Amino acid sequence: MNIEIEDIAKQFGATAALHPVSLFIPSGTLVALLGPSGSGKTTLLRILGGLEFPSTGRVLFDGTDATGLTVQDRRAGFVFQSYALFRHMTVFDNIAYGLRARSRKSRPAAAEIARRVNKLLDLIKLPDIGARYPSQLSGGQRQRVALARALAIEPRMLLLDEPFGALDAKVRKELRQGLRDIHDTTGLTTIFVTHDQDEAMELADLVVVMSMGRIEQVGKPEDIRARPKTPFVREFITA
Amino acid sequence: MTDTLTIPSRPRAFRPATTEPPVIRRVLIGVCLVVLTVLLFAPLIAVFDEALRQGWAFAIASLSESDAQSAIRLTLMVAAIVVPVNAAFGIAAAWAITKFDWRGKAWVITLIDLPFSVSPVVAGLLFVLMFGANSAVGAWLVASGFPIVSALPGIVLATLFITFPFVARELIPVMLEQGRAEEEAALTLGASGWRTFLTVTLPNIRWALLYGVLLCNARAMGEFGAVAVVSGKIRGQTTTMPLMIEMFYNEYLSVAAFTMAALLALLAFVTLTLKTALEWRYADQLAASHRH
Repeated sequence: MNIEIEDIAKQFGATAALHPVSLFIPSGTLVALLGPSGSGKTTLLRILGGLEFPSTGRVLFDGTDATGLTVQDRRAGFVFQSYALFRHMTVFDNIAYGLRARSRKSRPAAAEIARRVNKLLDLIKLPDIGARYPSQLSGGQRQRVALARALAIEPRMLLLDEPFGALDAKVRKELRQGLRDIHDTTGLTTIFVTHDQDEAMELADLVVVMSMGRIEQVGKPEDIRARPKTPFVREFITA
Repeated sequence: MTDTLTIPSRPRAFRPATTEPPVIRRVLIGVCLVVLTVLLFAPLIAVFDEALRQGWAFAIASLSESDAQSAIRLTLMVAAIVVPVNAAFGIAAAWAITKFDWRGKAWVITLIDLPFSVSPVVAGLLFVLMFGANSAVGAWLVASGFPIVSALPGIVLATLFITFPFVARELIPVMLEQGRAEEEAALTLGASGWRTFLTVTLPNIRWALLYGVLLCNARAMGEFGAVAVVSGKIRGQTTTMPLMIEMFYNEYLSVAAFTMAALLALLAFVTLTLKTALEWRYADQLAASHRH
């Protein structure tokens, strides 16, 4: 699904988190929103997911206006910064949550839910942890469970907020490849937020550099590296 | 290796840095036990001892008197109304305060604590002033056959006021610490607001809620000051258990007074036992939901 952002702005009280920004994301792209904290990247991600509503502007999914669509109707697979796994549920129940929350008409039968959850556990290469609680998992395992939970709802896009932020360097490297693989298998338009330029450059097809609520540059990693458009971008990617 | 690294012969040198020597430990534990005995166990035993001074039969007979019976019934009824209402209020208040940002929030947090800082007698007087026969509202209420002061509604109102903070106070810190991320995750997975509340919020706060409800219940059954002012203390009609205890005591019916007191203490004891039993039964879940 392609995503069009048209002059989206967001005010929090007197402060502008986002100045009007526009962006087109072709279907199936893996996009990094790159910038320092306070650059508005998380706000933009939350607007796409329906967790925040823009003060002005429109969001279009495949050409249809989705600005007023509720968070439930967006069907955005969202991975939160600290994963936000349901701590009182097992991994299996966490992943099954979205399917069980469906209306009676579209809810799969229990056996079908189990089949899909097990398939997702295989996809994240953790087939045997269904019965465990989130508190019994390592940081990297939690991240992958959060990813599986987001994928369970058959999302139209995948949104990840600092997906590698809470992990140590070695696990980061492994999981980067994991995310790339999952993106390539599912073909979903995937947008992740990061403040780490190496991560953005290595992983993404398209990098969006943001600062102070504005988009500084959009481009392929190699283009941004070769031709930084503004002094900010030059400084940020060499830092 | 043995000749280069000699192990000190006195193991005392290896005392772990995080514990005190045995003497100090024993003294601290001893002080704690003495204080508990003097302040808690001894008075409790004295109450039961006094109640049973003239035997079980006599104590039970004093409870089966009609005034005593109606006091017990009234107290249980007030608790049965107040606890669910305040549990619902408390959840709503804590939810609004911790999951949303709005103007005047700081004020509301202060107001929730008001019943803790105002003397219960003053609270009782407030209700008498508002709804008593001398006020316009009160006079109209009495005339229309629905008196509040010196009747059940007044007792319920006063108890609601006094016990309002318990549930909210227990929930607010827990819900603040847990943040909004899990609720947001449930919403992105397609759950409605109500389903999110039932399947995510409520399970995460159930232990804090249980503590709050138990504290609220204990206070609702034990409240004296505010109820004494509002109830009018009509024997057999608006006299709750704590009021009844005072009346018996003032009439030198010490066995009746202490038996009723023992019963009130027993009710508290039952709730505490229930709490401990639940904690023991769900220890694994409790541990899982705290570490994360």
